[in-house]
Amino acid sequence: MEHFFQQLTNGLAVGGIYALIALGYTMVYGVMKLINFAHGDLFTYGAYLGMTLLTSFFLQDRLGLVAGLVLLAVMVMGLVALIGAVLERAVYRPLRDSPRLSAVVSALGASIFLQNALMLLYGARVHVYPEDLLPQATVNVLGLEVPLMRIVVVLASVVMMAVLYLFVQKTKIGTAIRAAAIDQGAARLMGIDVNRVILLVFLIGPALGGAAGLLVGLYYGQVSFTMGWLYGMKAFTAAILGGIGNIPGAMVGGLLLGVIEALGAAYLSLAWKDALSFLVLIFILIVRPTGLLGERVADKV
Amino acid sequence: MSRGLLVSYAVLTLVLFGAPLVLDAYWVDVLNSVGLYALLALSLNIILGDAGLFNMGHAAFYAVGAYTTAILNTRLGLPTLWALPVSGLVAALFAALVARPVIHLRGDYLLIVTIGLGEIVRIALVNDVFGLTGGSNGLFGIARPTLFGLKIRRPHEFFYLIWAFVALTVFLFHRLEQSRFGRALNYLREDPVAAEGSGVNTGRYRLLAFALGAAWAGMTGNLYAAKMTIISPESFSFWESVLLFLIVILGGSGSIPGVLLGAFLVVGLPELFRGFASARMLVFGLVMMVLMVFRTQGLLPLRTVRFKKSDLQRAKAAP
Repeated sequence: MEHFFQQLTNGLAVGGIYALIALGYTMVYGVMKLINFAHGDLFTYGAYLGMTLLTSFFLQDRLGLVAGLVLLAVMVMGLVALIGAVLERAVYRPLRDSPRLSAVVSALGASIFLQNALMLLYGARVHVYPEDLLPQATVNVLGLEVPLMRIVVVLASVVMMAVLYLFVQKTKIGTAIRAAAIDQGAARLMGIDVNRVILLVFLIGPALGGAAGLLVGLYYGQVSFTMGWLYGMKAFTAAILGGIGNIPGAMVGGLLLGVIEALGAAYLSLAWKDALSFLVLIFILIVRPTGLLGERVADKV
Repeated sequence: MSRGLLVSYAVLTLVLFGAPLVLDAYWVDVLNSVGLYALLALSLNIILGDAGLFNMGHAAFYAVGAYTTAILNTRLGLPTLWALPVSGLVAALFAALVARPVIHLRGDYLLIVTIGLGEIVRIALVNDVFGLTGGSNGLFGIARPTLFGLKIRRPHEFFYLIWAFVALTVFLFHRLEQSRFGRALNYLREDPVAAEGSGVNTGRYRLLAFALGAAWAGMTGNLYAAKMTIISPESFSFWESVLLFLIVILGGSGSIPGVLLGAFLVVGLPELFRGFASARMLVFGLVMMVLMVFRTQGLLPLRTVRFKKSDLQRAKAAP
């Protein structure tokens, strides 16, 4: 039973990370109907930027651990958001009215470009985060010894998701985002500046993705320049699982996929762990293509 | 087929026929790679270009073909070239089986599902499924093909085998383009609802397009296994599928000459810049973005069929 609960909390931590990345996919898809393949690489940029900032500024020593890490997260999120906005402006905006396929290919090109730029900057080897940053303590939760970092990851992702949810549901700008996702033309007629909404979506999504990258770096301690695509694919699976275009759906889907994967790896087969999430994806698209909480995706032909 | 295209094909054939006589073994081998990728991209073009189905897991069918050949040859001793049709058939059956439940999915969802299928196949190969695939080391010792008593082993011998197959493929696929089947695929790419309304069985044609494309990819897998004599899951990764997707889109989706040009540019051109090997993919990504912004339809897009004036007049004159 101990083993089961350890895997469950591990799954929740990984799932929280998937959910944060999935939010970026689902928001961009909701407003633009585009799979932003470069999103996984923005996540990797978050992880690498976090590493660089950690090792060059030593914020945690100057400001104390908590304040240092919060400031670090804010810096990483801001920088990755900036990359996302540049990407939108330079690559996706000119393609807004072209066929879907060109936008998809362009997104793939952006992904290849970002990934290889990172490789040229940092080299192809695996990099490690500075050790002993966080105390390697465990916390006793209901009689279960859980690593502190795992709790930090779960808490950080839940807080960010809650803030985003409230922002989108309660504020005026959030309402504009939801309106643009339902019908861009009608939103424009209602006086919503859709270009700004899209830019905003490309700031929020990458910021959350970047934060997820930082969390992965802190949680696992090592990063590689190609890790973005596997995380990206799984996060996209999570977004579909929850129903693409649906913000609560991405959160539920992410957490669920993380738990399924952790339990599958523990009890079924570690070697087939990555195949499992793709099987979940195919299964959900066959059985319930709308996802758990989402729109319809199959053509009735 | 227009006269300009026929002349281009004739010139290309002549140039390629003479190429091994003047090029060294390295460059002949580069052309062999171009030929294999051209075959794969032409087969993907049936699915992606003609039928408009976003398939980004094409490497899976390629892998099924290559592994079928390798297993039949190393376990049962079947001559490599005899395994060619078998590989095609197995890949087609596999495609029909896995595509059946997902064929109705809309554009990008199909894209994601096919990426998933490609990955599952690769992971299955790495995990030595049924104890047949040799795990991450792959299979080795595949026999060289023998044609009319001649053992094909040197690059320029493979060159003629591969490019003869390319020529045959180009001829057949041009015929296919003009056939009832090809027209039905184009119709359902442009407007699936109208196609269904006009009596085109959309689901069946989509499935057939998948099976045919997979069959050709499977046969290319056979040639690849014969050329390399060693195959491993590494050769059938996600990036392989992406590369094929790119060849089709950059060259001109649905256009056979475009796809051939795409194969030369995407596979051949980087070889000219080997000195900058590490920055190659960076430039590649950049080119993809720039090209899609400025030339969405690809380099040699498919030209729509226009009626000749004489046809129009004849139609008017008819009662």
